Amino acid sequence: MMRIELIKRPQHSALFSALSPIIALVLTLVFGAILFALLGRNPVTAMYIYFVSPLTQVWQIHELAVKAAPLILIAVGLAVCYRSNNWNIGAEGQLTMGAIAGSILPVLVPEYQGVFLLPLMLIMGMAGGALYAAIPALLKVRFNTNEILSSLMLVYVAQLFLDWVVRGPWRDPQGYNFPQTIQFSDAAILPELFPASGRASWAFVFAIVAALIVWFLMAKTLKGFEVKVIGQSPRAGRFAGFSTGRMVLFAFMVSGALAGLAGISEVSATINQLQPVISPGYGFTAIIVAFLGRLNPIGIIAAGLVLALSYLGGEAAQAAIGISDKTARVFQGMLLFFVLASDTLIYYRIRLITSRRAAGEAALEHS
Amino acid sequence: MKKLLFALTAAAAMVMAVNAQAADKLKACFVYVGPIGDFGYSYQHEQGRQDVIKHFGDKVETTYLENVSEGPDAERAFERLARQNCNLIFGTSFGFMDSELKVAKKFPKVMFEHATGFKTAANMGIYNARFYEGRYVMGQIAAKMSKTGVAGYIVSFPIPEVVMGINSFMLGAQSINPDFKLKIVWVNSWFDPGKEADAAKALFDQGADIITQHTDSTAPLQVAEERGKLGFGQSSDMIKFAPKAQLTSNTDNWGPYYIKRVQAALDGTWKPDNVWLGIKDDVVKLAPFTNMPDDVKAMAEATEKKIAGGWNPFTGPVYRQDGTEWLKDGEVSDDKTLLGMNFYVKGIDDKLPK
Repeated sequence: MMRIELIKRPQHSALFSALSPIIALVLTLVFGAILFALLGRNPVTAMYIYFVSPLTQVWQIHELAVKAAPLILIAVGLAVCYRSNNWNIGAEGQLTMGAIAGSILPVLVPEYQGVFLLPLMLIMGMAGGALYAAIPALLKVRFNTNEILSSLMLVYVAQLFLDWVVRGPWRDPQGYNFPQTIQFSDAAILPELFPASGRASWAFVFAIVAALIVWFLMAKTLKGFEVKVIGQSPRAGRFAGFSTGRMVLFAFMVSGALAGLAGISEVSATINQLQPVISPGYGFTAIIVAFLGRLNPIGIIAAGLVLALSYLGGEAAQAAIGISDKTARVFQGMLLFFVLASDTLIYYRIRLITSRRAAGEAALEHS
Repeated sequence: MKKLLFALTAAAAMVMAVNAQAADKLKACFVYVGPIGDFGYSYQHEQGRQDVIKHFGDKVETTYLENVSEGPDAERAFERLARQNCNLIFGTSFGFMDSELKVAKKFPKVMFEHATGFKTAANMGIYNARFYEGRYVMGQIAAKMSKTGVAGYIVSFPIPEVVMGINSFMLGAQSINPDFKLKIVWVNSWFDPGKEADAAKALFDQGADIITQHTDSTAPLQVAEERGKLGFGQSSDMIKFAPKAQLTSNTDNWGPYYIKRVQAALDGTWKPDNVWLGIKDDVVKLAPFTNMPDDVKAMAEATEKKIAGGWNPFTGPVYRQDGTEWLKDGEVSDDKTLLGMNFYVKGIDDKLPK
């Protein structure tokens, strides 16, 4: 008999920090190949379509940026929250409220098409997200409510509010009663970066800039230090004179603003109107992205791109070799599982307990 | 490493070879909003694709994308298919409309078809089915079979398509029993077996003894089966899930339409169309009438025949919920009013969500 034990390392292993993504990739490739072989598909072709084909065409690289932009934007904000020990699970709701707030001008005042329209929309989107995120933050500070529950439940409130808005007061009068607002005017549409080759928009630039700013904030400023100290030890933070309450509000509003920016960018750049569904769950997927990137803004850029690639790859595999949507998701799940599991090795080492010792311990237990 | 590179190159060559080959024959592609295993709406479109494969064999290649969300992902799905040499693309859900239109404008040589919407382009046509025709027959059956005189209706979203169905069902029921009652529950989803089952239970608890639905899962019928009550299937024939409960089912039979359009594309005669097909085109098809006495069955068949002969369930006199007259005696509603329908007919005890 043999037993495997995880022993906590005294400090995290630099070797495995670097090795773990590679281990994860190899494991994913091996088990993915087995999966595809069992389904009767050529594993090499499948892997090629999954990981390489989306990078071989310019339009697909654009699509990668389109898909990754909201994920990175939201995840970067969540990283600030999680680092400071605030568990904001409601980014999807903040995205939704940001999208609604940012759409006020193009929907209600469509005749205004000046140069300030887009900047105003983006600012209102960020404000909408930030204010909505302030609700669970204030509840936590004032009443000590559990922010995981309150932020999560506010997602449903936001989604139902959007649903009501597009079916009721903001419904397009010319739209046969279908639940959608009027189309945004051209002046209200976030421009594409290189319209000739694909539809990646400024949203991707926002995402990269946001990641760099947050990286600078966390690594080089006192505020970043404050976030980390309070996150690791609120007591130590209080001794240093940091206010935990203000930190809760700060972290939630930063991540809410970024989620709101993601929401209005997505609506303005890719959908061009409000409708009942504006996001395929970006706010939740971004939680995975944040942890995949180890809560580090630069890591999050990479993680966002990898996750976006796995979506595009899954879709490409569906269309090109006829695997089902479910298989594509199982494969994506395997990738995430192996990445997060391999990260365990950074903080733990594996100890094999040999049969003799295990038998001895078992005998002791039974005596 | 060398081996891996070689394998990747080989794979790339294979993919390209597949693409190059495909260019020679017609490739028909489908985008579904749900999983093909929903046994409802998307499943029926997939059956239509299977009919195309059976009918044309090697002459046509097909592919599909399922579970495509009606948001930013939709545009990429259509663009992907257009770039993978699809010549004819069917977008099968209302919410794909604007995304599909954008891609259609970008790929003027590809033929696009969109189900249940209203926007068209030089290379994008629309098609829809008159599901309300089947619902009128179901309303009549419900009024005949119900002991309590109350039916339950589980609905998704208050769009014209759904409101039209509720009204048609009610008009059918009222033609048999003028005092017939209808209870309505909105579940705000096209496919949510849990919510749909809860709605069915609530409706039975409130005195309904027959339920019908404008959502896609088999859950409500399964609840009816458990409770020994009756109900109607949706989109597909759900008799397997409720052998004792299903009276009939309003099924979508897209095969004939898809075959016709693929043939037109093969012949080079494809033009964007705007069609609204019904019982007489065999696109709306009622599943066999079961679990009912012969006289009810005979009545249902007669009504089905009458509709196939061109009679419209929305023929006056019909009054709006507020009592005002909508259609005068003998007046038939025009399609435009139906396609934008946002009011209930008289006798429905529910407020339309606004």
